[in-house]
Amino acid sequence: MKIVVCVKQVPDTKGGVKFNPDGTLDRGAMLTIMNPDDKAGLEAALRLKDQYGAEVTVVTMGLPKAEEVLREAMAMGADKGILVTDRVLGGADTWATSQTLAGAIRNLEYDLIITGRQAIDGDTAQVGPQISEHLGIPVISYAQKIQIEGDSVIVERQYDDRYHVLKAKMPCLITALAELNEPRYMTPGGIFDAYNAEITVWGRANLVDVDDSNLGLKGSPTQIAKASDKVRKGAGEKVTLDPTESVDYIVDKLKAKHVI
Amino acid sequence: MNIQDYKGVFVFAQQVDNVLSGIALELVGKGKDLAKDLNTEVTAVLVGSDVKGLADELAEYGADKVIVVDDPELKEYRTEPYAHALSSVIDEFKPEIFLVGATAIGRDLGPRVSARIHTGLTADCTQLDIGDFPINPVPGKEQLHNQLLMTRPAFGGNTIATIACPDFRPQMATVRPGVMQKAPKEAGKKAVVVEFNPGFTPNDKYVEILEVVKAVSDVADIMDAKILVSGGRGVGSPENFKILEDLAEVLGGTVSCSRAVVDAGWKPKDLQVGQTGKTVRPNVYFAIGISGAIQHVAGMEEADVIIAINKDETAPIFEVADYGIVGDLNKIVPALTEKLKAELAAK
Repeated sequence: MKIVVCVKQVPDTKGGVKFNPDGTLDRGAMLTIMNPDDKAGLEAALRLKDQYGAEVTVVTMGLPKAEEVLREAMAMGADKGILVTDRVLGGADTWATSQTLAGAIRNLEYDLIITGRQAIDGDTAQVGPQISEHLGIPVISYAQKIQIEGDSVIVERQYDDRYHVLKAKMPCLITALAELNEPRYMTPGGIFDAYNAEITVWGRANLVDVDDSNLGLKGSPTQIAKASDKVRKGAGEKVTLDPTESVDYIVDKLKAKHVI
Repeated sequence: MNIQDYKGVFVFAQQVDNVLSGIALELVGKGKDLAKDLNTEVTAVLVGSDVKGLADELAEYGADKVIVVDDPELKEYRTEPYAHALSSVIDEFKPEIFLVGATAIGRDLGPRVSARIHTGLTADCTQLDIGDFPINPVPGKEQLHNQLLMTRPAFGGNTIATIACPDFRPQMATVRPGVMQKAPKEAGKKAVVVEFNPGFTPNDKYVEILEVVKAVSDVADIMDAKILVSGGRGVGSPENFKILEDLAEVLGGTVSCSRAVVDAGWKPKDLQVGQTGKTVRPNVYFAIGISGAIQHVAGMEEADVIIAINKDETAPIFEVADYGIVGDLNKIVPALTEKLKAELAAK
């Protein structure tokens, strides 16, 4: 079985956020991690590899430094890493990103594609389903359990008040939730091997069946009108009182607001 | 694509088990406002099996028109037939705006549809306006009018961005549940109902539903609660939530919680407030033993009054609380419950 996992290198949101003058993110200026939902997707692929035997190829799109997440993935047990990087791909929205990744994946054989549900920088949850649409394969989002049965995959798909047990014929794309599993750690031997491993680097010319008009900032239907730090309402009162006084204080406020 | 051909505001009227989801009426309400600004109509798109009866409810909450796509293949939500239904509606009726709820269904359906028809999709919007793009005139660039300006938080609520989709139609957005207001109900109001069926032939993209497992839950929806008593890790144990439940009961409120509590297995996910849980806007929100991570705050900061109780005076929750009490929740909460009982009994 062949599994392709899409991962994204994302800014660690604890490190603060920086923008370019045009309102897009200044990714070069922030600390980075492998996106948590993607890491759960990778772990799911590695468990299928452990259980059924599989070749796991990890694909990322980003700046040259995104190679770091591929090495991390390989240190965890992925077999191959492909970095898709090119200046013309920069500034992409989810449409252009999914076109790029679909264009890269068309070079590969796959039974299963696994992506994270969403990245912590954009929180859109769009790229996985959009890749599946471009490739013309079924998608199962929000997977909380994945099993293989013959040429099909059986997935528990989470909704607000229920889950569906779904069966799809492979090839199929699945988006994973961070809750799916606890990702394994890199092994020392794995880290050593991954450091020396060859990373495949692809550019625009390697993308299959994608028109220039669908790539990068120019190929993005959505455009940023304005971006800013969020303005929050300020803090109100803060008091330190003994319990009885605290209770009186809260009751007074509830009365003043006509709650009681 | 000739942008001038695209007219009207359409919203996806999500239903589950043939009951309209709250978001359906919220989108009709918001769609009505946008349609007014554009001098056009709001159309609800109802997709399912045997769902035509829900059209009247959509009309009473403001829909001018309801397009019904009714087919046995649409009984339970599945990505492919629903994506086919919506993209066929868009091809046929050419709306200029199409809104979908940012629910577990809409966040799957929206991207699939936008990819099929080639337009932009802005995720998880918390504000929608009609305005100019660029917002301020830029020399050498035409300023377009009557554009949908879609505002959304990103980076777990650290930043906020306003997005436009000037060159493609429809302008598509998913909208966070609980943020937009539904319009007042006008009993007996009717809408024009149009039935439309593009035909559904199962193919490899159709997945098979082997089983539907409904979570057994008799708890009230926290998004509808006027008063929420919300607990975090600081509550200490699942058993200790009893003191929050007692407080909620006295006030006629509901208990909710932070992500840490769900991750620890103390409470089910449908009680979780925050970025990966639900967005709530009650009249009063008690944050008890909740530190106030930005992801939590993103889900509750619109509450009218926020009262925080936390023993850590540096907890970030105090930065958004209207009234913050530094103290021991184990002493304050039970005493508050008793005092409120006495106050209410005296009335």
